[in-house]
Amino acid sequence: MLRLEQRPEPSRAMQIATPIIAVIATMIAGGVMFALLGSNPFTAIRIIFWDPIFNDVVASYTRPQLLIKAAPLILMAIGLSFGFRANVWNIGAEGQFIMGAVVGGGTALALYPYESFIVFPIIIVMGAVGGFLWAMIPALLKIKFNANEILVSLMLVYVAANFLSAMVTGPMKSPVGMGFPESRNFNEYQSAFNSELLSNTGLHFGVLAMMAAVVVGYIALTRHLFGFQIRVAGQSARASRFAGVNPNLTIALCLGISGALAGLAGLFEVTGPASKLSTNFPLGYGFTAIIVAFLGRLNPIGILFAGLLMSLTYIGGELAQFQLQIPAAAIQAFQGMLLFFLLGVDILINFRVRLKTKGVA
Amino acid sequence: MDFSAISPVALIVSLMAASTPILLAALGELVVEKSGVLNLGVEGMMIIGAVCGFIAAVTTGSPWLGFVFGAICGALLSMIFAILTQYLMANQVASGLGLTMFGLGFAALLGHKYSGIKPPKFHSIDIPILTDLPIVGPLLFGHDPMVYISILMVFVVWYFLNRTRAGLVLRAVGENHDAAHALGYKVIRIRIMAIGFGGAMAGMGGAYLSLVRVPQWTEGMTAGAGWIALALVVFASWKPGRALIGAYLFGGVTVLQLNLQAAGLSISPAYLSMTPYLVTIIVLVIMSADKARASLNAPASLGKLFHATT
Repeated sequence: MLRLEQRPEPSRAMQIATPIIAVIATMIAGGVMFALLGSNPFTAIRIIFWDPIFNDVVASYTRPQLLIKAAPLILMAIGLSFGFRANVWNIGAEGQFIMGAVVGGGTALALYPYESFIVFPIIIVMGAVGGFLWAMIPALLKIKFNANEILVSLMLVYVAANFLSAMVTGPMKSPVGMGFPESRNFNEYQSAFNSELLSNTGLHFGVLAMMAAVVVGYIALTRHLFGFQIRVAGQSARASRFAGVNPNLTIALCLGISGALAGLAGLFEVTGPASKLSTNFPLGYGFTAIIVAFLGRLNPIGILFAGLLMSLTYIGGELAQFQLQIPAAAIQAFQGMLLFFLLGVDILINFRVRLKTKGVA
Repeated sequence: MDFSAISPVALIVSLMAASTPILLAALGELVVEKSGVLNLGVEGMMIIGAVCGFIAAVTTGSPWLGFVFGAICGALLSMIFAILTQYLMANQVASGLGLTMFGLGFAALLGHKYSGIKPPKFHSIDIPILTDLPIVGPLLFGHDPMVYISILMVFVVWYFLNRTRAGLVLRAVGENHDAAHALGYKVIRIRIMAIGFGGAMAGMGGAYLSLVRVPQWTEGMTAGAGWIALALVVFASWKPGRALIGAYLFGGVTVLQLNLQAAGLSISPAYLSMTPYLVTIIVLVIMSADKARASLNAPASLGKLFHATT
């Protein structure tokens, strides 16, 4: 029999090795799943993980997509990772993403057709404010009324999605959209369009914001008092109070930061890659960002790599859908599996597996 | 707008049907949480139950087999969570979220050939004379069997938790797993059984959605019902009887807003669709506001990890 033995200290080697083990295990289990769906598992895995970057035919289109899809995931995951460390569970990033897009995008629609360099900074701020305020709802309800932030933030995702749908069928509906439930297209509004900065790289302002978030997030987490405080709060709420951490402030900061970053991600998405507000705008990035945060070990540098990998599975998943007729949902199941394996192998950090020796204890 | 189109009797009858899936799921989760485990994967288990129950019912032509198969699949999915949290000591919040995400994806994968099909009809009971009585007839004797089963389950869960030895042991494990372990109770085994029960109930609730409530299979059809069930457990302060009241309250709000949409109330239907979620938040706030009372019934070991050192 196997027995788990607690390590005296968490293993640093395993902290780096476990995400890799989890990815490999997911590839194997995913391969089995694709085989059951009637596709060649080796072809499927190659299409998902290799072709988007290295295949000569498709890579010219898919390579820029890598950054475009990774940017919102990483931006949101960094915000979430602070909260997850402090045991503040914001799982409504999807709602904050939507509200950032609605508030920021709505501001742009209100300013249309005023052309000025000042428009874009204004809507960026408004996007962050939209996400921030939406996240403040669970924060305040948690602080004032002790309401569970997991459930409140999640419920607000459905509220936000319905609000978006009310907006695009009502006040934000495009006057030139022939009655479709969608807003004006942002690429017709030069000052508000989040265009590609270098052609064929996928680099837009959201990617720059993502890179800044990685650097600032890393410094805040490892070199700043705030990072220390949330790490203590997560490990022991009681000890953290003795260390002078204000628990309510921690809740407000964690939710506020993640909400603002999710709002930013939504704003950059709606004014760039999505190019308009519509009921099809939410794609579940806010939920995938949770996986990204865990896969990246709640560390900004780790999240950077995890986000790129997850972006790869999205793009590869689309290719596989196209070339092998694998249903779109398969990739979602695949991502869920990745989280399972990751959580499962995490035990190797704190425990080692020993063969149980027979005998009297 | 025509409010007279909304008949109170029909409203209550459809309210009971609308409440049944979340009531079943909430009762299952209530037992899980009483054993000290927080499984946030209810939504995932529900949608797996919905798709598996649907496939079984369409294939065999029997809705009953659909409910059974939905429950089995829900329980099977919950075993992933059980292994992760009980043997591999993974974080329960993250594992539950993973279960929901995997469940939503996997269900869509299983069901993509089954959208647009009608499931076999699940008939309401029809007792001559009684069902035909005015008002009382449809209210008491006009539902399908699952509505009665869900109400029966309220009593069964209450009886199990409060009047049986096994229920007492389960609650002991949820209150203090170290003490229960010291007394020789198999903490992990008991929790795994509770998780399996929660999965089966969520799966059955999901099957009710796809077989009776909607009735057809569409991707993401649970639309947050599993999360509402989780909120319901808090609302009920971990008491089965209150879960019934809560479920009917939520069912009532859902049905009423659908009726108002149909009656053509002059505001965007999107605003009306928000109401069940907003009501959930409001109720959650009211129930949690009194910290002393809220924590009175909450299992003390809820969500904590257990590792037997000896």
